[in-house]
Amino acid sequence: MTNLEKYVNAFCESLEVAEAEVASLVYGESDAWDSVGHMSLVAALEDAFDVMVDMDDIIDLSSFEKGKEILRKYDVEI
Amino acid sequence: MMWKFNRFGECTALLDEYGGRLSYSELAAEAAALCAAAGKRCLTFNLCESSIASVLGYVGFVEGGIVPALLNSGIDQELLSGLYDTYRPSFIWAPKAFEWADCEAVYERFGYHLLKTPFDQDVELFPELALLLTTSGSTGSPKFVRQSYQNIRANTDSIVSYLQIDDTERAITTLPMNYTYGASIINSHLDAGATLLLTEKGIAQREFWNFFKEEGATSFGGVPYTYEMLDRMRFTRMELPTLRTMTQAGGKLLPELHLKFAQWCKDTGKKFVVMYGQCEATARMAYLPWEMSLEKVGSMGIAIPGGHFELIAVDGKIITETGITGELRYYGDNVTLGYAECAEDLRLGDERGGVLETGDMAQIDEDGYFTIVGRKKRFLKLFGNRVNLDETERMLKSAFPEVECACGGVDDHLTIYATDEGVLPKMRSFLAQKTGLSQAGFFAKYLPAIPKNDAGKTLYRELEK
Repeated sequence: MTNLEKYVNAFCESLEVAEAEVASLVYGESDAWDSVGHMSLVAALEDAFDVMVDMDDIIDLSSFEKGKEILRKYDVEI
Repeated sequence: MMWKFNRFGECTALLDEYGGRLSYSELAAEAAALCAAAGKRCLTFNLCESSIASVLGYVGFVEGGIVPALLNSGIDQELLSGLYDTYRPSFIWAPKAFEWADCEAVYERFGYHLLKTPFDQDVELFPELALLLTTSGSTGSPKFVRQSYQNIRANTDSIVSYLQIDDTERAITTLPMNYTYGASIINSHLDAGATLLLTEKGIAQREFWNFFKEEGATSFGGVPYTYEMLDRMRFTRMELPTLRTMTQAGGKLLPELHLKFAQWCKDTGKKFVVMYGQCEATARMAYLPWEMSLEKVGSMGIAIPGGHFELIAVDGKIITETGITGELRYYGDNVTLGYAECAEDLRLGDERGGVLETGDMAQIDEDGYFTIVGRKKRFLKLFGNRVNLDETERMLKSAFPEVECACGGVDDHLTIYATDEGVLPKMRSFLAQKTGLSQAGFFAKYLPAIPKNDAGKTLYRELEK
């Protein structure tokens, strides 16, 4: 699996949304991405890329695009 | 009058994340104007969020003798419609984007409007009735808890006293105000002349912490799930010099998390206060004094000032020995009047006489501290929200009449058991949608048959096997 596939997969599985929807997701604006979903998403990303995300980055993770930017800090290129 | 807001004059009562501010004297004036627009003592439905208008609607109506029923602004339309037909409110106080058939806006303020409903006959209200809250909030049961002015007054006095809330406090909202714990934070802080910091953002969002730091929040409350999130976020590495107190209620916190937060609070000079309560007792019944939070990990403490507990054995006798499990019974002026299931019930008086059978099973230790060990009734909590398993079952059965099903599980983990594998995902998303709770709390499991006894009653203990 490529990093992008892993990344999309983490969103689909933790937030239970279809692949076609993930790119437009924003935290707090869809029922799927609420606070509970957010923590599942963080756990899924940490598992998928074997990283430990800092609190500052957890609270910055507000959209599909933003997540890519954050992971770059952990040397993960999506 | 409940609070007499004018006592605190120009002190800030409400501050929102967009810079909106209301002083106590402004709050008093706004409350009076809102009540004047309604014009009389009557029943209203308040669609709640953490905003100035929403808090104004709640405390303004209670202060002015109008009875609000607090509902989540995200409530499922069908559930709201059921409540509306059942209770026939005279008004709805809701965000301006909210519209309802045959209703007409008669007043507007801070992004909310007061909708007059077409019901021409006002529902009869018991004179002492102050407020209606839902128990589960979400399963669409038309049941409300009836709280009196005396209930709110008594519980507020107790909370202000044991948490030592004063006018220097700045509590930030982390809980919906239609949830009894959220309402009690509003009640107690506005009674002490403190400031409420209102935000719709959650603890996993940057904007929440920016607001927290900019405005110097001193306290917040959380349900067990809040603390699990904070733990996952490695919250204890954060520098929050203004934070003084963290309270916890809404279900039992894992003892290891209790220990962790109690230790962190001790090390950083803050207070960690575990509490216990129910909507049926207005809000709070017990608290673990912060000085004891490390010594009594896992315990929910002692009765609040003005209340007391008894532990009742199966034979009805009062348990005094330590380590024996009994049902927890509570006595206090905050024990609510009773339930309502239809508009006619709103004229009922006090049905409990200050005594509440909590339905929780507990033990007492040698120092008189209580620990919850289980529940008598069939409900569990999902992220702090009470969910009645009989109600979720009823909802599933009416939506999926062709499938046999049952509900079980533990806190934060509700399991649907059903005999048709194909519809399990649908049942799961149906419950999440109807309750407005995260799908992550719902699980579904296929069973070839639902275990039942000869009388056709579901054998719930067999389900989990």
